[in-house]
Amino acid sequence: MSADTSPAIELRGASKAFRTPSGGLHTAVRDLDLTVARGEFVAVVGPTGCGKSTTLTLVSGLEEPTEGDVLVAGEPVRGVGDKVGFVFQQDATFPWRTVLSNVMSGPRFRGVPKAEAKRRARDWLARVGLEDFEDRYPHQLSGGQRKRVALAATFVNDPEILLMDEPFSALDVQTRALMSDELLELWAGTQASVVFVTHDLEESIALADRVVVMTAGPATVKEVFTIDLPRPRKVEAVRLEPRFIEIYREIWESLGEEVRITRERGAAHVA
Amino acid sequence: MSPELLSTPVVETAKAPDRAHSRARAARRRKVFINVVRALLLVGCLGLWEALSRAKVIDPFNFSMPSQIWDQIYTWVTHGTALGSLGEQIWYTLYEALLGWVLGVATGVVLGIALGRITLLADVLGPYIKVLNSIPRIVLAPIFVIWFGLGPASKVASAVVLVFFPVFFNAFQGAREVDRNLVSNARILGASDRRVTLQVVIPSATSWIFTSLHVSFGFALIGAIVGEYIGATKGIGLLVAQSQGTFNAAGVYAAMVILAVVALLAEGLLTFAERRIFRWKPAASEH
Repeated sequence: MSADTSPAIELRGASKAFRTPSGGLHTAVRDLDLTVARGEFVAVVGPTGCGKSTTLTLVSGLEEPTEGDVLVAGEPVRGVGDKVGFVFQQDATFPWRTVLSNVMSGPRFRGVPKAEAKRRARDWLARVGLEDFEDRYPHQLSGGQRKRVALAATFVNDPEILLMDEPFSALDVQTRALMSDELLELWAGTQASVVFVTHDLEESIALADRVVVMTAGPATVKEVFTIDLPRPRKVEAVRLEPRFIEIYREIWESLGEEVRITRERGAAHVA
Repeated sequence: MSPELLSTPVVETAKAPDRAHSRARAARRRKVFINVVRALLLVGCLGLWEALSRAKVIDPFNFSMPSQIWDQIYTWVTHGTALGSLGEQIWYTLYEALLGWVLGVATGVVLGIALGRITLLADVLGPYIKVLNSIPRIVLAPIFVIWFGLGPASKVASAVVLVFFPVFFNAFQGAREVDRNLVSNARILGASDRRVTLQVVIPSATSWIFTSLHVSFGFALIGAIVGEYIGATKGIGLLVAQSQGTFNAAGVYAAMVILAVVALLAEGLLTFAERRIFRWKPAASEH
């Protein structure tokens, strides 16, 4: 298969086990098969702590799979590549750098000359609506603004693959809807493939082309649902549509069971 | 509706400045009060010392008294000490302490970051550093005097060994406890290992390192003074040793006062530098 026709991301029987401090093995992901086409937006939902984030670290190259293969654009992943962008759940902006300098850091790390990096950073800051904040430090911004900085800092590298690990979970509900719309707009201007991990089913349906439901940990793919809602979508509006509610019910039937299993395990732990 | 919710400008201009004014006045008054109490406490303690000493309740020969200490400082300032001018002694000690501090901080930071980043190095050297740290390093001062003689080198050496360890351990800890998200993010954005160290690990370890800088300047002074006390040709430590040798209690106290002033000034400079460097940090009280 040539590189041009190969899918953006391919996981084949990928497993990942971590050594716990007590010496045991904790399997976060087992026997995972997942294919993401080029330009596709895939959301991954699953119960809390099931190993969804591990999937992303495998694709990013931050971690290696214990078993199986992870391919990006047809090539096996070896270390962190330059095709990937990653938006983290927690704040990962550099607190000692100004907003502009934060957004510039990606191109600068990759050896882009300073003036060019600055131009591109300013361009992306304008797109996320932060052009007037370039001299601020992250602690002077709101949570939503910091997330915008993180988005700009990721998009400025022009990633082919965008990995997002519950990026908006720390935001309040209104800001979250706003950010989701903005993400869809920014994404529409690129050809990037997106893997968006979340535990919020509504968010995943509103954003994605396909929703992947994971099992309770160790995570593996349980079911995949195609979301046939037309684009462009507005997050607040789309979730009132009858078709949305229909899809929601359908997926929840699958997801709810896994959530229940996780909850029961948690209760067993407490007891 | 409570008055806070009224947002018409008329109400605000009429009420807000008034309240802010009285609040500011109360804050000012409290500050003055605290300063007055502080001053009274100091005067009381010194007065009590002076009175007890003059009344011979405590032996003035051994314990001296504030007025004698003041006289001693005055004589040193106006007529110089037995070793030469007072400024020269202070400069000598300060020079040794500063040089030792800079060297100790530099090696401590470099080694701390290196061991924090390179696990192999930390695993190999870890136990040795622990052993070295457990030696009471002040006893090295006599050895340094034997090795390096009575000049400044032996004092610088004792300052270095005192400064190195706290700085090293803080830099090491700082490098170890860097937010893993920041490192991952930098790597995803394309940073090489070297860039991660220089642009992520070192900046985030600076607050750890600065904590140790405050403590360690005091240690540098201790190193220099103890070195001088054991054997020197100049410096405040020698002044202490000489005063002690001539049973001049006031001289010992006077040297202590001078040292305290020097240490406080250095601390002030350091705090100033810290404020400049940590502009990116949310201030604990910005207003």
